[in-house]
Amino acid sequence: MDGFCYRYDGTFAGFLCCVRDIYQYKEPPNLFLPLSDPRPSLYDERRVETDLALARRVYRRLTQRLGERGMELVRRGFLTCLDHRERRLCAVIDLGLRTGPGVERRLGDEQVLQVSAAVRHLQRECDHLAGFVRFSDRGGVLVGSIAPKNQVLPLLRPHFCDRLAGERFALYDRVHSQLLLHQPGPENGGRGRWAIVEALDFTVPPPDAQEREYQDLWRRFYDTLAIPDRYNPRCRQSHMPKRFWGDMTEFQPPAPAPGGPALPRQAPPP
Amino acid sequence: MDRMEKLTILADAAKYDVACTSSGVKRGHRAGKVGSAVNYGCCHTFTADGRCVSLLKVLLSNACAYDCAYCVNRRSNDVSRATFTPRELCELTMAFYRRNYIEGLFLSSAVLGTPDRTMELMIQTLRLLRGEYRFNGYIHAKAIPGADPALVHAMGLLADRMSVNIELPSEGSLNRLCPEKGRAPILGNMAQIRDGIAENRRDLALYRHAPRFAPAGQSTQMIVGATPESDLHILRLTQGLYRRYGLKRVFFSAYLPVVSGPNLPAPQTFQPPLLREHRLYQADWLLRFYHFDAEELLDEASPNFDPALDPKSCWALNHPQFFPVEAERADLETLLRVPGVGPTSARRILLARRSGPLDADLLKKLGVVWKRAQYFLVCHGTRPPGLRVKWESLPARLAALEAAGRPGAGEQLSLFDERGA
Repeated sequence: MDGFCYRYDGTFAGFLCCVRDIYQYKEPPNLFLPLSDPRPSLYDERRVETDLALARRVYRRLTQRLGERGMELVRRGFLTCLDHRERRLCAVIDLGLRTGPGVERRLGDEQVLQVSAAVRHLQRECDHLAGFVRFSDRGGVLVGSIAPKNQVLPLLRPHFCDRLAGERFALYDRVHSQLLLHQPGPENGGRGRWAIVEALDFTVPPPDAQEREYQDLWRRFYDTLAIPDRYNPRCRQSHMPKRFWGDMTEFQPPAPAPGGPALPRQAPPP
Repeated sequence: MDRMEKLTILADAAKYDVACTSSGVKRGHRAGKVGSAVNYGCCHTFTADGRCVSLLKVLLSNACAYDCAYCVNRRSNDVSRATFTPRELCELTMAFYRRNYIEGLFLSSAVLGTPDRTMELMIQTLRLLRGEYRFNGYIHAKAIPGADPALVHAMGLLADRMSVNIELPSEGSLNRLCPEKGRAPILGNMAQIRDGIAENRRDLALYRHAPRFAPAGQSTQMIVGATPESDLHILRLTQGLYRRYGLKRVFFSAYLPVVSGPNLPAPQTFQPPLLREHRLYQADWLLRFYHFDAEELLDEASPNFDPALDPKSCWALNHPQFFPVEAERADLETLLRVPGVGPTSARRILLARRSGPLDADLLKKLGVVWKRAQYFLVCHGTRPPGLRVKWESLPARLAALEAAGRPGAGEQLSLFDERGA
């Protein structure tokens, strides 16, 4: 069959190395698969080794040709959950190489439109999660867990490192098995050190008494705030889709205290 | 009284305040301080009635000296009273903030004795929060009408956004329902905050490190439906507040009969005017983002909004000479007047038509609400094939579109009769 299947390690640097091979050997991509995927494909396979120095060169060159904004579309597009995102990004890059900077504005092109819609979805999910992430204190370390559709940690990272610069915190993305770690320090203008690492599992000990008290206070605050005369669950759900609720303190049952019964909750409005 | 009880009473007392926004100021990490503020604001959760919660919205105290007829905290109402100490409130704010529950603090208060004394207590709390607790997040503070200008100024230096509630749409209503608050002190405080912001802008141009006064501006809110004013009156007032007082937002709150009184609508038969509130917000958006004038939307002949149709569609149907609009050539202002086109999709149309021809399919993908816009928008002078509509039938069609979006519309029929066979 026509076209090739590229196997790479799933990182952005690896993807840039694939882009270089596509143009070097003039072998257009039909499919991208991670190295770890055992499924064979019907296309001729090409394995691409990630070379950071090469990736950096490709990145610089593409930024010159596509412009900063165009490259931002490619970078963010790589974090989305769009299906066949690598192939679509290759199409965007190809268009950009032919037409020059401003490729992100060519909304008349099917692939550019698809990728920018996916990037909007990513951006929206980030905006949601910047508010909906819930941390809980475990002996001075703040921990949180989320299940986003897109890879949001790289975009949430600046927000939380800025806001919680003085805190040690860990935020786990269960879907993509990534863990964002932060520790205060003089680095990055006083914002501290951070890393995003691969983590297959992330479990935390149960909360202590003080943490349970604050969680109960927050649940009570949330329950009190609703005005029964204006009850409108559809409106709430459209602003805050249900898939986020599971990780939010106000929708979780009170944690059982080791010594006594949990605080009773007020009845929700009818 | 423990923290849980106080929080319950004082959050319950504050929940009828509408504003809970955290937008308008951008402040990154500062060495040694806790927190940041983002320009576009951030919603941390939504209540069961669909309102955004971004701030810890509580009263400092609900022990009120005033007796405003509509208010749940009025002197003559029999409710539990509580008052936070400044330190309690600061600790609660900081604990909620680091768990990412909130974006900051919304501090309001009932009048404890006199406006000045209340303001002093509020300022003491904010000083503690900004000083000892080194809080760098968002603070929305409510000025008490009639407070001393020096206290209002001191509060503006600690808060990001200030607000003074105008409470009711006209002076007559204000005198009838809350005789202790006058229209003049409310507008006086608003003007003072406006002038403070303008002066601060000049200072900042001269001295980069000048302390900032209410950098996120000021807002206000009023109760709709408790008194007989028309929508036109309210919309004109809103426009005046935006233009003369430079407000960032005007909030409307549909009157809820939480307490009864001789000058109020009878609570037994009263339905909160939620649709009217919705129409006012739609019109408010048209004023702020679509460059409409209050007088374009309503006039003396029809001073109230149509319950069946949104204000923008109403305007479009009253101006047939303006349509159809040619999507390929129309400027931004013209596109903004088309029902189904918003500021974002209008700008996207301008971008997309530079790189290629437009058609109905592309307009849909750009975010135009085509089921609405198809009657008003053409590409290259042609309407989509198969669309034959008389102008006279449009009101009914647009009303049907809107009705379909309401709760309870289009629900699936049940196989089983809920009342029992």
